[in-house]
Amino acid sequence: MKKILAVSLISLLLMTVLAGCNHEETEVLNVYNWGEYISDGSEGTLDVNKAFEDYYFETYGKKVTVNYTTYASNEDMYNKLSSGAAVYDVVIPSDYMIEKMIREDMLLPLNFENIPNYQYIDEKYKNAYYDPESLYSVPYFCGYVGVIYNTAMVEGEPTDWDLLWNEKYAGQILQFNNPRDAFGTAQYALGYDVNTTEQGQWDEALTLLKTQKPLIQSYVMDEVFNKMKNGSAAIAPYYAGDFLTMYEDNEDLAFYYPASGTNIFVDAMCIPAVSRNQELAEAYINFMLTEEIAIANAEYTYYASPHTLVRNSETYQANMAEVHEDVMNILYPTEGIKATYYENLDLETTNYMNSLWENLKVESTTGPGVYVVTAMVVLVLLALLVGLWIRKRINRRYY
Amino acid sequence: MKPLSKLYIFLVFLILYIPILVLILFSFNSTGNTGSMTGLSLYWYRELFSSPHTFNALKNTLILALSASVISTLVGTAAAVGIGKIKTGVIKNGILSVTNVPMMNPDIVTGISMMLLFVLVGTLLGAEEKLSFWTILIAHITFCLPYVILSVRPRVLGLNRSLSEAAMDLGCTPLKSFFRVELPAIMPGIASGFIMAFTLSLDDFVISYFTTGNDFQTLPLLIYSMTKKEVTPDIYALSSLMIGAVLILLILSNVVESKGKGKTENTPAKMAERNGLV
Repeated sequence: MKKILAVSLISLLLMTVLAGCNHEETEVLNVYNWGEYISDGSEGTLDVNKAFEDYYFETYGKKVTVNYTTYASNEDMYNKLSSGAAVYDVVIPSDYMIEKMIREDMLLPLNFENIPNYQYIDEKYKNAYYDPESLYSVPYFCGYVGVIYNTAMVEGEPTDWDLLWNEKYAGQILQFNNPRDAFGTAQYALGYDVNTTEQGQWDEALTLLKTQKPLIQSYVMDEVFNKMKNGSAAIAPYYAGDFLTMYEDNEDLAFYYPASGTNIFVDAMCIPAVSRNQELAEAYINFMLTEEIAIANAEYTYYASPHTLVRNSETYQANMAEVHEDVMNILYPTEGIKATYYENLDLETTNYMNSLWENLKVESTTGPGVYVVTAMVVLVLLALLVGLWIRKRINRRYY
Repeated sequence: MKPLSKLYIFLVFLILYIPILVLILFSFNSTGNTGSMTGLSLYWYRELFSSPHTFNALKNTLILALSASVISTLVGTAAAVGIGKIKTGVIKNGILSVTNVPMMNPDIVTGISMMLLFVLVGTLLGAEEKLSFWTILIAHITFCLPYVILSVRPRVLGLNRSLSEAAMDLGCTPLKSFFRVELPAIMPGIASGFIMAFTLSLDDFVISYFTTGNDFQTLPLLIYSMTKKEVTPDIYALSSLMIGAVLILLILSNVVESKGKGKTENTPAKMAERNGLV
């Protein structure tokens, strides 16, 4: 009894401490970002959120706490925000999601007077299709999809998507495990527009993916890191920044941008309409664009920064060159790259794409899967029968 | 037959524990590569304690698991004892099956329905933050409760009613007899219920995902959000530590259980003596 009382008292104490944390004078900034997408103080890096708290206190004399939580996909973030259940002050969606959120009035127009560092953002990333007048978003990171391959396993110097359909490497090729990216690879290979609404072109892409399926080792997302690092797969389409992460552990890997075109993405900082502290959020966004902080983030994530000071910084270039000697050309390709955004597809096309995707995936899972399960059931039954038979024999011996 | 069954058991345990062993092995790897062991080091353990996000998530998870399991143990024990005192069979069975529903309900249904409820209540009350630590706590208590009842109830059923009657004959008030006679007897059930609730709350993802607010990220939520990029190996280190902690808890609960068995077999006279009633 005493123990229970003690434990419950302790937990009550903990709760009051927790509740007591919400001091009136401390402002709270709720930041919702991708996982592993900020320099967070691990492995000797700069803790950006802590730095912002210190900076804000020194500059404005007000205490602020950064409430930093993370999500795994645009859709996770969108669902959490649109359910009206949680309030965030800064979110970092990707291009197509920004367009959707602007359309649904989920974002606040930014007051760029509070974000003077916006001037450092490369003109290339301003006024993009998802935010044509650059009213709602400030680019945070960007990048392209390319093809990663293992030079110890792949011969020659491939230049285009056809490597992913090369029968010589059957069983060693990985493909995206989401419909948009997977169909994208086929559409680029065919030379089609990835944002097309023509169902015939989607059908052709499906046919191409079906011819690829027997060659595919598996459809992956983040598993690609391990598979490429330890050489259990030879070819995979993925992001340039992530290639660098893999290259750190496996120097046999190489990377190229397919000649017939590829996908570009931009993740940008936005303020949701539900935010109650726009000025503080803008101060945070501005802080993220200061040179030192932007460099720290870029060196942590390995993604390409749309920030001109970062790109031209000698320390940044020197530090990144330690990861890969050709790093600037990989992250910031200047010429010969045809890149398009994945735009929001209309509902009909999205549904059509998803049904095609199921068509592709279902065959692949039931095919061998059914045989494996049946074989296992048969084996278990056999084992049981043999076990019973042996038991009978033994019993007979004794009686 | 003997060697065959031994082999079978060995295989079962092998398949059960190999993933955990691999995880522990790689938590001591000196690089982040899971393809090869390049050398033993405590690097990721040091890293774990210098990474503020992971550490904060661990703190949140422990606070939540502890509060949820303590509260659900208190409420669940009271419920189990109370249900034991109900005499009408229909009502008793009715209540029992109602308390079992959250256990059988798929997590996703529990999660979404609780989120909807919290948002509705929050809107009615005009709260700015509809979800917070408190909502995730309520959700965790809800799904832990049936497990506590489930593990305390057999003890209550095995309770000899004449014991508490004897205690009252010897001058105990009903309350005193509960604390001195009944509670010690059902204690092992309470302890294992508590541990069960704690571990369940510790690793819940689905319900937490829907019911947590913007300021409270638990460890499973953090690890899931890492899958955009790569789960960093300091999570392997953390998982190894947690497996160690759970192992210790399990051993403790078994020790408590076996000790408790000895206690309930005591004669009423001995129990009365121990409690200073004679």
